[in-house]
This record gives sequence, C-alpha cells and structure tokens, in this order.
Amino acid sequence: MQAETQSGSPTKSLLRSALDAMLVPFLAILTAVVLGGIIIASVGGNPFLAYYGLIQGSFGSAKALSETAVWATPYIFAGLGVALAFKGGLFNIGGEGQLALGAVFSAVIGYALPEWLGVDIPAIIHLPLAIIVGMGMGALWAAIVGFLKAYTGGHEVINTIMMNYIALNTISFLLNGPLKDRDPNNVIARTPLIAESARIPNIFEGLRVHWGFVLALLAAYLVWWMLNKTTLGFEIRTVGLNPDAAKYAGINVKRTIIVTMDLSGMLAGLAGALEVTGLNYRHELGFSIGYGFDAIAIALLGKSHPLGVVLAAILFAAMRNGATRMQFLTQLPVDLISMLQALILLFVATDAIIRYIYRIKAKGERVVLTRGWGG
Amino acid sequence: MDWKRFSFILLIIIVLFGTVVLVGQVKSAPIVIITSMLATTIAVATPLTLGALSGVFCERAGVVNIGIEGMMLTAAFFGWLGAIYMFHIFHFGIGISITVGALVAVLAGALMALLLAVLSITYKVDQIIGGTVINILAVGLTGFLNRQLFFGKGSVFGGQVPNSPGVLPTIHIPITEIFSPICGASPNCIQVIESINKVFDQKPIAISAILLVFITHYVLFYTRWGLRTRAVGEHPKAADTVGINVIKMRYANVIIGGMMAGLAGAYFTIESVPSFEPLLTNGRGFISLAAMIFGNWTPIGAWTAALVFGASQALNINMQLFRDVIPPQWAFLQQSYVVGLVPYILTMIILTGIIGRTTPPAADGVPYEK
Repeated sequence: MQAETQSGSPTKSLLRSALDAMLVPFLAILTAVVLGGIIIASVGGNPFLAYYGLIQGSFGSAKALSETAVWATPYIFAGLGVALAFKGGLFNIGGEGQLALGAVFSAVIGYALPEWLGVDIPAIIHLPLAIIVGMGMGALWAAIVGFLKAYTGGHEVINTIMMNYIALNTISFLLNGPLKDRDPNNVIARTPLIAESARIPNIFEGLRVHWGFVLALLAAYLVWWMLNKTTLGFEIRTVGLNPDAAKYAGINVKRTIIVTMDLSGMLAGLAGALEVTGLNYRHELGFSIGYGFDAIAIALLGKSHPLGVVLAAILFAAMRNGATRMQFLTQLPVDLISMLQALILLFVATDAIIRYIYRIKAKGERVVLTRGWGG
Repeated sequence: MDWKRFSFILLIIIVLFGTVVLVGQVKSAPIVIITSMLATTIAVATPLTLGALSGVFCERAGVVNIGIEGMMLTAAFFGWLGAIYMFHIFHFGIGISITVGALVAVLAGALMALLLAVLSITYKVDQIIGGTVINILAVGLTGFLNRQLFFGKGSVFGGQVPNSPGVLPTIHIPITEIFSPICGASPNCIQVIESINKVFDQKPIAISAILLVFITHYVLFYTRWGLRTRAVGEHPKAADTVGINVIKMRYANVIIGGMMAGLAGAYFTIESVPSFEPLLTNGRGFISLAAMIFGNWTPIGAWTAALVFGASQALNINMQLFRDVIPPQWAFLQQSYVVGLVPYILTMIILTGIIGRTTPPAADGVPYEK
C-alpha cells in the first residue's frame, strides 16, 4: 500500500490498488450467483428470470437508478465505518445500534428543537445540527466500546453486539414512549415528522435520491485520504497491523483504538442521520434493521478499500432494490436476497476457496482483519 | 472459579431473587417465589448453558466460535421443520416427530459447525470472520426457507404454516409423593415440598444440559481425549510432536461443539415453544459466549454464569408481581425492553474483567500450520 502511494498520482494508485483487490471479490460474486441460480432452480424458480428482474428493478429506469442510490447511501456510510475499523484491527459489529441511535437523535433535533426553542431555525443551522447530533450519537455509542477495549480488554465483537441490543431496546422504549408521534391517529412506534428546515433537498425533481448520496461518495474519498495521507491514518493502520510494533514506535495505541471506534461509529451514525434528514423525515421502529449487518458484508466484499466499499454498497443496494421486481416476476420471496448476500460473503471471506476453484495464486501478505480474544 | 467471581455470581442472584421476594411477598409466600424463580432460571439458562458448552469444546481445541448464535438459529429452524415434516407429511406420532425434530436440530448444528471447521481449520479463514459468515448465513438461510417452504409456489403446505406437533413434556420427579408423608397434616409443609418439587420438574433438554455440564467437565479434565483437546488448544505444535493429530482433534471438537449449539437450538422450538420466528435466538448465542468467558473456559464455571443470565431473565418473567408496587411514574421500568437490558449490561460488565481477568487457551483463534 505504501509503495503504491509513493509512485504515481493519488487517484491513479487509488484505482490500481482497487483493481488489484477486485478480482477475487468479482469471482466470489460470480460463484455465489451461479450457486444462487442453482438454489432458485431447485425451489422451482427460473434463475434467468429472477436475475433479469433483479437487474431491471435496480438499473432499468431513472426511478430504479434513483432508488438504488437511495439504498446505497446508508450502505456506503455504514460500510465505510466497518472498513475503517477493520483497518484499525477492530471488528465493529455495532453498526446496527450506532446507525439507529444516530437516526433517532437526528430526528429528535429535527422535530423537537424548534418546539423547545419556540422559533423556526434557519435550514443552514438546523440541518447541519441534526446531522451532527446523529453522527455524534453514533460516535459516542462506539467510543464506549473503544474505551472498554483500550482500557479493560473487553472484546469489541461481543461488546458491540451487546450495545446493539441495548440501543435497540432503548429505542423501542423511546419510540413507544417519550418520543412517540402524539398524533391521535398514530398507532406506530415512530417520531413525528421533522421540520422542513432539517431536510436534505432531493437532487432531481420527482426522484427520491438526495444529496446524501453525493456526500457518501465524498466520504469514501475522505476516508481513503485520511487512511493513506494523514498521520492519524498511518497510526490507525499501524495499530491494525501490529499493536505491539505500534506501541514501540511511540504510537498511543489506546487512544488510537478509541479514535478508530469513534470514527467508525460516526460514519454509522451519519448513515442513520441521513436516512432521517434525507429520506424518511422521521424515524420509525424497524426502519434501519439489517443495515449494520449488511455493512459488514459490504466492508468484507470491498476488501476494506473505500472504493471497493462504494462498489459493494451499490451492488447490495441494487440487489435489495431489485428484489421487489424479482419477486413480482418470479414469486420468489425477497429473503432470497439475504441468502444470496450470505453466499457472496461466504466466498469473499473464504478467498482461499475461490483461489482454489479458479487457480489464482495469492499475492502479497494476507490482511489481518481481526484477532482472537487476546488482541 | 475463584472466590471473587463466585461471590459476584452469588451477589447478583441474591439481589435478583431478593428484589422479587421483597416485592412479591404481598401476593405469595417467599418459598413459592424463590422456587418458581429457580425453576424458571434453570429452564431459561438451558440454551445459554449448552451454547457455552459449545464454546468450551471449540475454544479448548483452539477454534474461536462466535457462530454459536447462527448455529442455534439454524438448528432451531431445522429441528422445528423436521418435527413438522415427520408429523404432517410422513404422519408419524407426536412423540416420534418431536424426537426426530430434536435430532435434526443437533445434526443441523453439527453441519454448521462442520462449515466453521472447514473455513477455520482447513482454509485458515480468520475465525471471527468465519463465525460471522455462519451468523449471517443462518439468518439468510432460515429466513428464505421459512418463507419459501410454506408460501412458495408448489409448497406442500399450501401457503400456510402448519401447527408443530408440540413440545417435549416435563419429566416429573416424584419428590412430593415421596416426602409428603413426613409432613403429616401440616398444609404449609406440603406447600414447601410441592414448591421444591417444581424446581426439579424440568424438561428433557434442560436436564440433559445440566448432565452435559458435568460430563464435559469429566471428559475435558479426566480423560485422554480431554487432555489431547486441551493440548491442541494450548500448544498445537507440542501436541503434534507427540503424535496427536491436531487437525482431526480440532475438527472433532468443533463438530461436538456444533451439536451442543444444535441442542440449544432445539430448546427454542422443540422444548420451549412449538413455533419458529425469524431471529428468535435474539443474541443468546453471544450471551453464551460471555458466559463461557466468565466461566474461564470451564464447563462448570460457564454453567454458573449461564444461571446468572437465566436469573435475570426470570426477573423479567416475574415482572407482573411488580405491577401494584411500583409508583406510576416509574411504571416504564416494568416494560420488557427496560428489564430486558439487564443480561446485556451484565455481559458487558463481565467482559470488562473487573471481576477478575480470564485467560483463554493459548492457541485459541490461531490456525495451525505445520
């Protein structure tokens, strides 16, 4: 990675390192698609029609493209969050909770702040504030786990999962109680709609895709830049590769662990905040279910490379978005997509199997993603 | 299990039981409350105990297993499905259908474990990632089949989920019958004995979980197999040098671990309630892991930790006793998602290690390369 960044322009090396990393994931997807087709056929479906429906439903029209971008926005952010943590040697499974909390608190700022203050807030202040608070909640939630990891050794995998359950229980309580939409006709556990001043405008008239998608692409570049061009990024990667060496090199390992978790949770929180301010204009129980776990698959599929994450996120978004069309054409359940994604993840994670099937030699050293309980 | 950890467990259990007894004494006698809570504790600790044993087998042999959750979920689904197929399609009796269901669950757990073994032992995939793959695959697989088999085109069930044949029966241990003559005519005495009897009246998987705790303890620490397993998990190279087949030992232990997780899965759909819903394991695989860590990778330690989690769930179940006692402004505390936080927070406290540090097997999580 470092040798590459020294030669050539940054964008060129960004592309080249991405292309190098893309071969195995591509073959993994291909294998999963073939296996998925066999499964579809074995339950009596037509795999070609199913895949045709998937593609048509995700890229077939302006509306389909817009919806794919809408799905991709939180995927890119949450996937970047997981990827960033991987680079720092941490496995953040807590995206689910961080994202949902970000969404809830962004919604609170969005609908309640004007009421509390008794005045309308100009959009230039209100919208950024709503987004920043959501981001901050995600960061805070993850930082707790980072702190526990750094100072007590409590393993982040279990702690982030526990924090997910704590977050989701707390949110159920909030949305059924204090934050519930007081509209007498409302029976759903959801917040009221946020004020106009806290909403992100759409890019095109009549399509739901909003500026959050552009922000997501920008965030991918920023994460890449931060990881490869700044001291902080160097510290994060060094701690990720070898915490002992990092310690002897004078890097504050504990601080770096907390900062890594913080940034990772911030990206997940941002995903939640943008879902509220850009798309739903409120948070409802169950709106964000599954994003956090899909994000793990996306980060693995993208080999923790920001550009890879963007492509993987768009692929997953397309699958989720096209699933409805697939179901319409073939009557296959939407859950098929979850299984297809699990298969992709399986083959990506086990690149040894893919390398064996397609006879590809391993290049360079294996990337250490996580460590056992000791790390 | 050192004194610090043991007293922590005792403290938590006393606090949990004490709260319920204090609040509930208006309605029922302390002995009735304590015994009914004990019975619930043992029952709901069953999947956690078995899950923790699954972890003990895998990790003592040097394979980190965070896929317990996924193994449980898969087993719960296929066990339930097996019972339904046996009953509705092959028209077997209720007893046979449920038994076959439990066996299918154990088999499903073993197959998922085989996948983990292939990934982590043969292909040396990062074991945490391998476990995550198991977890995500389990959600996708059970969600898809649950929909497709019942509502898909040409489903033999014609678009509806059939009733499961039922759940395993309680095994009655005749304590009341044996000891009630001692009481003579005293009704209090009989009530005490009947309440105590309730603690022992458990279902088959709950009973086998407790037996398996002690069997695992014996196997792990007093047999040649156990010594070899531990050697492979602590220092595989040394084990290999003296002629132990590291790969084979790891495979065998991971698959045994998967069978334990499979039995834990059977608890949900074969012993507890006769139905399946997506994601029904609800994090209990991960709580099992925390129990295993808190029990310092020993079966008996893991079991006592699982009982603490069981007790905190028993508190949740006994929440209706609190209804008249809690002032209305604090009423939200009885909501299940508030009390439901207790096990998750306990897990995190346990993992911080403030109640004593634990040491995993030395080669835990490290693939073996000759």
